[in-house]
Amino acid sequence: MTTMTAPPVAPEQNLRLRARRLPVVALLGIAVAAVAVAALLVYATGIGGFALVVALAMLLYLVGLFAASSAVEGRRQARNRTWSALIHSAFVLALLPLISVVWTLLSNGMERLDRTFFLTSMNNIGARDPNGGAYHAIVGTLEQVGIATLITVPLGLACAIYVVEYGRGRFAQLIRFFVDVMTGIPSIVAGLFVLAFWILIVSPYLNDGRPGYSGFAASLALSVLMLPTIVRSTEEMLRLVPAPLREGSYALGVPKWKTILRIVLPTAAPGIVTGVMLAIARAAGETAPVLLVAGGGAAINFNPFENNQSSLALFVYQQAGDASRYAPARAWAAALTLVALVLILTIAAKLLARRNRFGR
Amino acid sequence: MGDTPDRSANAGTGGPRVTLGHSRSAGAALSVDVPVTPLDRTPDGVGSQDSDLGPGGTGLGGGGALPRRRAFGAERIFHGFTMAAGMTVLGIIVAIAIFLVAKAVPALDANTANFFTYEGWSPNETEPKFGIGALAFGTVLTSLLALLMAVPVALGIALYLSHYAPRRVGTALGFLVDLLAAVPSVVFGLWGRDYFYGPVRDVSAWLNTYFGWLPIFGGDGPFGRSVLLGSLVLAIMVLPIITSLSREVFLQTPTANEEAALALGATKWEMIRMAVLPYGRPGIIGATMLGLGRALGETIALAMTLGIVSKISFNLIENGGNTVAANIANAFGEANDIGRGALIASGLVLFSITLIVNMTARAIIYRRREFTETAA
Amino acid sequence: MAMRIEATNVTAYYGGFKAIENITLTVEPKTVTALIGPSGCGKSTFLRSINRMHEVLPGARVDGRLTIDGQDIYDRDVDVTAVRRMIGMVFQRPNPFPTMSIFENVVAGLRLNGVRKKSILEEAAERALRSANLWDEVKDRLDKPGAGLSGGQQQRLCIARTIAVEPQVVLMDEPCSALDPISTLAIEDLMFKLKDRYTIIIVTHNMQQAARVSDKTAFFSIERTGDPGRLIEYDDTQKIFSNPSEKKTEDYITGRFG
Repeated sequence: MTTMTAPPVAPEQNLRLRARRLPVVALLGIAVAAVAVAALLVYATGIGGFALVVALAMLLYLVGLFAASSAVEGRRQARNRTWSALIHSAFVLALLPLISVVWTLLSNGMERLDRTFFLTSMNNIGARDPNGGAYHAIVGTLEQVGIATLITVPLGLACAIYVVEYGRGRFAQLIRFFVDVMTGIPSIVAGLFVLAFWILIVSPYLNDGRPGYSGFAASLALSVLMLPTIVRSTEEMLRLVPAPLREGSYALGVPKWKTILRIVLPTAAPGIVTGVMLAIARAAGETAPVLLVAGGGAAINFNPFENNQSSLALFVYQQAGDASRYAPARAWAAALTLVALVLILTIAAKLLARRNRFGR
Repeated sequence: MGDTPDRSANAGTGGPRVTLGHSRSAGAALSVDVPVTPLDRTPDGVGSQDSDLGPGGTGLGGGGALPRRRAFGAERIFHGFTMAAGMTVLGIIVAIAIFLVAKAVPALDANTANFFTYEGWSPNETEPKFGIGALAFGTVLTSLLALLMAVPVALGIALYLSHYAPRRVGTALGFLVDLLAAVPSVVFGLWGRDYFYGPVRDVSAWLNTYFGWLPIFGGDGPFGRSVLLGSLVLAIMVLPIITSLSREVFLQTPTANEEAALALGATKWEMIRMAVLPYGRPGIIGATMLGLGRALGETIALAMTLGIVSKISFNLIENGGNTVAANIANAFGEANDIGRGALIASGLVLFSITLIVNMTARAIIYRRREFTETAA
Repeated sequence: MAMRIEATNVTAYYGGFKAIENITLTVEPKTVTALIGPSGCGKSTFLRSINRMHEVLPGARVDGRLTIDGQDIYDRDVDVTAVRRMIGMVFQRPNPFPTMSIFENVVAGLRLNGVRKKSILEEAAERALRSANLWDEVKDRLDKPGAGLSGGQQQRLCIARTIAVEPQVVLMDEPCSALDPISTLAIEDLMFKLKDRYTIIIVTHNMQQAARVSDKTAFFSIERTGDPGRLIEYDDTQKIFSNPSEKKTEDYITGRFG
């Protein structure tokens, strides 16, 4: 048997289960005292207003809580309580601006959210005209995002299939790595890339030597942004397909490519759709690339391959920078429309993912 | 009958074109429908005349020589097509670098100032002068400030959602956080410019009155459209992203480790310190780096909230501040040829910075993956 | 320094589901008590209510009275961390902290209690590792990750971690179910050694193990799935395994049911 030297934890500490607790009343007391002291300090010295009182009171409450808890319950409980209070206040602190964003968006956005807004463009709308709308921008967003989706989905699926099903060794790993890296390419860089490559180098050949800004160019830039998202999510979904499904198919003599197209892809389809929808939602909200390569425009332009096009996000940006006193209302209405579009896509995607998860 | 090879052959030719000379966008646009077809249509062609399927003519399981592997079977073509798609990703990254460089070089040649040290941005003059110094400084300053404010709060919220809130509340709010992460940046920019500007201006004035002796809060105004406003808006934007990622990591902490800590008599906070945070650390670092990548590249929200003054200054509250991305959005409208080239050059710098940040983040996350695999 | 545990009418719930009902038994100091019974009969739930680990799960709660040397551990004024310090627990799967070294794992509990001095920690770590029959295997690599050990070693590391804080009672929740026979034997040896100093309660599915290591055995069972688990019989191990008074116990032990 090992010899018993003095145990590292004092036995009497070990044998006592009861501990003194800070009663709820004490917590309330500390809170009230913190507010009182903060208010007194701030208003007596005249160094600030209500916001400062709140901030100071919060600080005093934390200090007071730690001190009181240390004295009554000991250091460990004090630390536990203070961190818990900090974590809760972080939550509240972050909630305030986010609620403010949602509130201003709703209250300002509703003002111009009318028929005219959805059915007219900004063509011939001057600084003194209160009407005008985002029809052209909505058309632009839908076309640009739609084309980008058509480009990205097949490419992204094929890339993910390669990485998961065919890729071996370093090359597949390299692709994986670069897909991840590509996720982090700033949207403005994607825009500049398409500007340098498509607008300035390729399009002059198709456009009598002048650079041709177009909605299609915006689609290309959005594709660069969507591709990694789609590859990543598809990859994850393909990996979730159980191996026995594939093996069962191989064992029947079905070739690999058919197994992939007929067994693996359909099984993973709901998850893949979710990923695609999230990528679309993100692309729909991008402003910078559209600004650089589609140029914006006030009139309705259904042709994505020729002439400037706008988009909802770009419309928000341009109206926000417009000096007209009616512009802010239009900007907010467009912002609300955009957020609604993006959120509907996101929520639908998440619900699909969730239903799918429960289905398994 | 005979459908399948035909279509796949199309898809196959779409593939190589993709890799050749990076006329990728055109190629990709043309092949839009092509790769989709095999997905939808193959069922008709199943088992048709594919010798891969089995010894075709000899009947099921019949004898005879095993069929040879075809050099140009559907399998090869499909494989080739997916590989080409994979290479497109590499191609795009390389193409971004090449085309940005190609368009930046003429402007850099025309530049009469030192690109790396000059603080101003006037590339449209007859004697173009522009430098990345102030912009890069502003980008890094704004992003780091934003992270400094966002990360602790984000971790707090993530912990609240994963370990403090009742499970249902945590799930519901976690969903809400994911939604907020999807709100476009232009909306945050609009909000920051129209509504957040007021409070920030007042706080700035207050800071200036009482802490004006600190250089970062000095100056004589006007205040508001400042680095402080920009980085606060940025912080609010990256908050949901970092929260969402770290919440996921925290939720993945093995229950066994949490229970081990609790069974040793740990308080909740001690349990988080012992089990949750160490386990999640690589994930937190990765999330932070991704947030940083997002912040560095953020364009519109900053173009709408910063004062757009290209000058290296640590002052946080006076009107001013600029970043590479915001400058591109703001200066693009009036840019001439050299001006566009100059903006592209600045974009190249931004691309390099984000590339480095992202690669670092990925390296950390990969390490974590190995680490958790060995630990499990 | 081991203590007596008395459970009176202990009932435990998971949300609306009643997992165990009216468990009443007394565990004497410095004995090994085995809890046996078919799967889902609530023996692990009962074990986890003894150190208040049951309530960690969302929606879980415990009614009734559980005392250790007369102190009610569910009393309102009781510090739950003190309860768990006094009543240590070893889990089914070895769960060393993956980011900590072997040494840090063993002294984790001591650090919580504010022990800072290196010499005390080292001494305590060696003592705990020796008690857990692990010292000779790991003394040269104390700074290596605990996750690098074999399963049996990891489980002994977890036992060392538990006894490093000198608890009064050690609860073991099927500690050998994830281990190979040799490691199992090592842990059974360890239990013999530990019962000189600790009260040990072990949940096991392995009847031979219960017969080998325990002084007393409690047999839990359920009527049907969905019913709460009940204590059927509690007696000296020898009596339970040779001449049980309940028919159900006999059926279970002879393998006729469960």
